[in-house]
Amino acid sequence: MATALQLDIVTPDQLVLSREVEYVGAPGVLGEFGILPGHVPFISALTIGRLYYKVGGKDHYVFVSGGFAEVSDNRVTILAESAEEAEKIDFNRAERALKRAKQRLDAKNAELNFKRATLALYRATERLSLQNRI
Amino acid sequence: MASLKDVRLKINGVSKTRQITKAMYMVASAKLRGAQMRIEHFRPYADKFSDMLRDLGEKTDDAAHPLLAVRSTQSIGIVVCTPDRGLCGGFNANIIALALKFAESKITEGKKVVFYCIGRKGRDAIRSRGYKPALSIINRMGDTSFALAVEVGGKIRDDFLRGILDEVHMFYGKFISMARQRPADMRLLPIAGPEPEQPQNEKAGQVDYVYEPAVADLLTELLPKYIDVQIYRGLLDTSAGENAARMQAMDNATRNCDEMVKALTLLMNKTRQAAITSELIDIVGGVEALKG
Repeated sequence: MATALQLDIVTPDQLVLSREVEYVGAPGVLGEFGILPGHVPFISALTIGRLYYKVGGKDHYVFVSGGFAEVSDNRVTILAESAEEAEKIDFNRAERALKRAKQRLDAKNAELNFKRATLALYRATERLSLQNRI
Repeated sequence: MASLKDVRLKINGVSKTRQITKAMYMVASAKLRGAQMRIEHFRPYADKFSDMLRDLGEKTDDAAHPLLAVRSTQSIGIVVCTPDRGLCGGFNANIIALALKFAESKITEGKKVVFYCIGRKGRDAIRSRGYKPALSIINRMGDTSFALAVEVGGKIRDDFLRGILDEVHMFYGKFISMARQRPADMRLLPIAGPEPEQPQNEKAGQVDYVYEPAVADLLTELLPKYIDVQIYRGLLDTSAGENAARMQAMDNATRNCDEMVKALTLLMNKTRQAAITSELIDIVGGVEALKG
């Protein structure tokens, strides 16, 4: 049995990551799932959250937002609308986004696109939660 | 005949113009590289996406998703995607002409059309014909981002689902090669799905995936994004096509300048020669008269 997984994370703008890993944990819409080598072919929608993978027993974190994961033949392909490795997240920007989203939600404006603001809030919170995971 | 000074000034002017067209050529070629790189980066995503959708499509025969609904067409949305700037040959005009021809043929059939404009040139042309675009986004073609596609996609999806539109077409410039760009028409809605082309994908279709959530729910997630992907593809093509067309136009302009400078230099020399000759005749004539 194979002992490694090939993990590729792609967004419309770039190939974020491509490397051999031992384990992938991803935020599926029905809850987090883990993938080890030899996993059955699998397709899942992803939610906003953190994806992590193990290399040499060490965890690495990646923020992903909205997308799909495909597992087949020991290849894990993540199609995400946006994805950033924890080290590359702009935390100041996330902080500002969080503040903005909170203000919008607090203002209780009838014009407010509630769904959009909530999603923005989620994204900012998830990005910030990776701050101590670098 | 033009005086020597006039010709000199003219040569000067033309070579200044040549410098500008030459610089624009180089800027366009740098931008084209950027646009092509974006296409390169996007391709893996788009391919994987189409694969996944095709695979799911095969699993569900009666995917009754609202975005797939074919209604009798009453009103048509037309997304016109053009560059923000001109000076790229017939590139803009061709896209606009194709879109307007389509729109006018639909109007004579008694249908309603709604314009969505991306790019200044398209918007200006549509407005000057007296149409009011429902959406106009300008100055965003330079740094084509997926966010732009999502924005446009969201808008037309909303309008389609609310029944304002029954069909949506996108007109954009297709980048075929450095020397060839063509205006193209792509139907965005209702979704036709990716055509089952590449036979090498048959193998992938045979894999029995476990789906999470169920296939129908996954499709609900995938289909709206598919529109964004299609729009982004159009945007990238237009952006690459624009710069390729501009490179060509500027290359021609530079060459024309070269020819003009050559012709003018010849004229300048002739004028100078004529002036010298007439001066010599004067002198010789004077000498002859003195000899008298």
